[in-house]
Amino acid sequence: MAESKYKIIIGLEIHVHLATKTKMFCGCELVYGGEPNTRVCPVCIGMPGVLPTMNKKAVEFATLAGLALNCEIPSFTKWDRKSYYYPDLPKNYQISQYDLPLCGSGFIEIPLEEGQTKNIRMIRAHLEEDAGKNTHTFGDFSAIDLNRAGSPLLEMVTEPDMNSGKEVRALAVELQRIVRFLGISEGDMQKGHMRFEPNVNLHIPKDGKIYKTPISEVKNLNSFKALERSVTYEARRQYAEFVEFGKTMEMGNKATFGWDDDNQCTVLQREKEEAHDYRYFPDPDLVPVEMSDEWLGEIKSRLCELPLQMQMRFVQDYKLSDYDAGVLTADRQTAEYFDATVKSGVDPKRVCNILTQTGLKLANEAGCKVAELGVSSDGLAELAKMVDASEISASASVTIFEEMTKSKGAPKATAEKLNLIQKSDAGEIESLIDQVIADNPKAVAEATSGSKKAKKSAGFLMGQVMQRSKGQANPKVVSEILNKKLSL
Amino acid sequence: MGQKIDREQVEKVAKLARLDLSDGELTEFTGQLSSILEYIEKLNEIDTDSVEPLAHCLPVHNVFREDVVIPSLDVAAALKNAPASFDNHFKVPKVLDGGPGA
Repeated sequence: MAESKYKIIIGLEIHVHLATKTKMFCGCELVYGGEPNTRVCPVCIGMPGVLPTMNKKAVEFATLAGLALNCEIPSFTKWDRKSYYYPDLPKNYQISQYDLPLCGSGFIEIPLEEGQTKNIRMIRAHLEEDAGKNTHTFGDFSAIDLNRAGSPLLEMVTEPDMNSGKEVRALAVELQRIVRFLGISEGDMQKGHMRFEPNVNLHIPKDGKIYKTPISEVKNLNSFKALERSVTYEARRQYAEFVEFGKTMEMGNKATFGWDDDNQCTVLQREKEEAHDYRYFPDPDLVPVEMSDEWLGEIKSRLCELPLQMQMRFVQDYKLSDYDAGVLTADRQTAEYFDATVKSGVDPKRVCNILTQTGLKLANEAGCKVAELGVSSDGLAELAKMVDASEISASASVTIFEEMTKSKGAPKATAEKLNLIQKSDAGEIESLIDQVIADNPKAVAEATSGSKKAKKSAGFLMGQVMQRSKGQANPKVVSEILNKKLSL
Repeated sequence: MGQKIDREQVEKVAKLARLDLSDGELTEFTGQLSSILEYIEKLNEIDTDSVEPLAHCLPVHNVFREDVVIPSLDVAAALKNAPASFDNHFKVPKVLDGGPGA
């Protein structure tokens, strides 16, 4: 097994786009895919003499993320300039935070298999501005669109606490769920709202010593799949390099790689770690941020129950499977809709089934959340109660739910309209059974014979009764009475 | 007292600042920068053990704007000072490695 040959050590740097309406330091609107250079102003195109002004919402969103990640929130933070020499940030520096970030150390709890969890320590999180977009494909020049320049970015750095591609992916997915629950980012991977940069190396035990391979930093990954695969690929590549050339950290401690998605491999970009001389210094244009207890308390009050806590509560209190609980807590609206429905006193499993069997599919087709399909949590609860009371069958509840999303009717009226109310009236069912018994003497004989065919024939009779009731008889009641009549 | 900054350091700083300095300039600036650093060093004579580090020179903090959209420039105005443009983009010499990213 490869796992016993070495231990993979992975730390992660993550950039998350915050879902503010405007940029970090100016009032330009944040719009994905807008026409080039239509959301720019003198501040974000770096004209001389302009003054940036902090977006209060961005600071609050970053603080909220920090609180959710159990970070220390210092009472004093400031802004620094980081030298930058590319035209997609034309000021020649990026406004960032160097020694006094908005969020200090913390941790994120990530789900592993079988309901297990692991804490990954966070080193820090800080706010900065994003660069614009370069296009190199128009000809022998580069074309710059500065619409994205100055967008608020939250950069988070973890300790190297992850030990597999799976764990790295779990952290990425969990972080996406958290920022979406908090409403601080759309977390849309396709739109580049989350970018990941794993730092990977191996600890290889050999001859009573631990050998460490050089660290690879894989830049700018924007899908969970690429993130997981690049880590797994790097581990294998580094191990092969160690076996073949004995390559260890002493022979060059860090290299930068890109991910080639077409060929599913990493590609070396820079071998030697450049002396990264960013020459940070305090930004004289921006005053510091002081976080008072009152303000922090106010931001804290906006925290919600976090997805993993909710998932674990659904498993523990509602006895859902970890998988179902994970599906229902993928987004906050769905989780709260489910929770509200269950809290009105219905069987959680029943509600879960209606949602997972039809609700999520319908929501997906309609391009909305299941809570937005037009069935209130009260309506859903009433529907689930009808199944519990045997007024409708479980399969009918799925059909009724779908109809309710269209006609917006109440569950009972919709069930009646669709003729899906189950008949549990013993007398009525008994007379149907008597007819079926009278009409099928052969099957009755077989069913009571105790022969091999008995079970099949009893099933046939049951089917006949259901058919004559047009599927409306309560199968439980039918089965009880039929068994009694046949003395089974 | 020797030079506060040597020629190699000046070369490095110049490179980081994308300045192409001649040999003569390197010699000249090494001398000038050294005397500037020497002068600044006078500050070390002051005992600052009991002084809080200052993060910003203004006694002001929390200057915010609300998250409200302000109309942007129109494209023509945004590109007006650009030496060259292409299809509403700023046109620049080819960026080779795509930049380090923010």
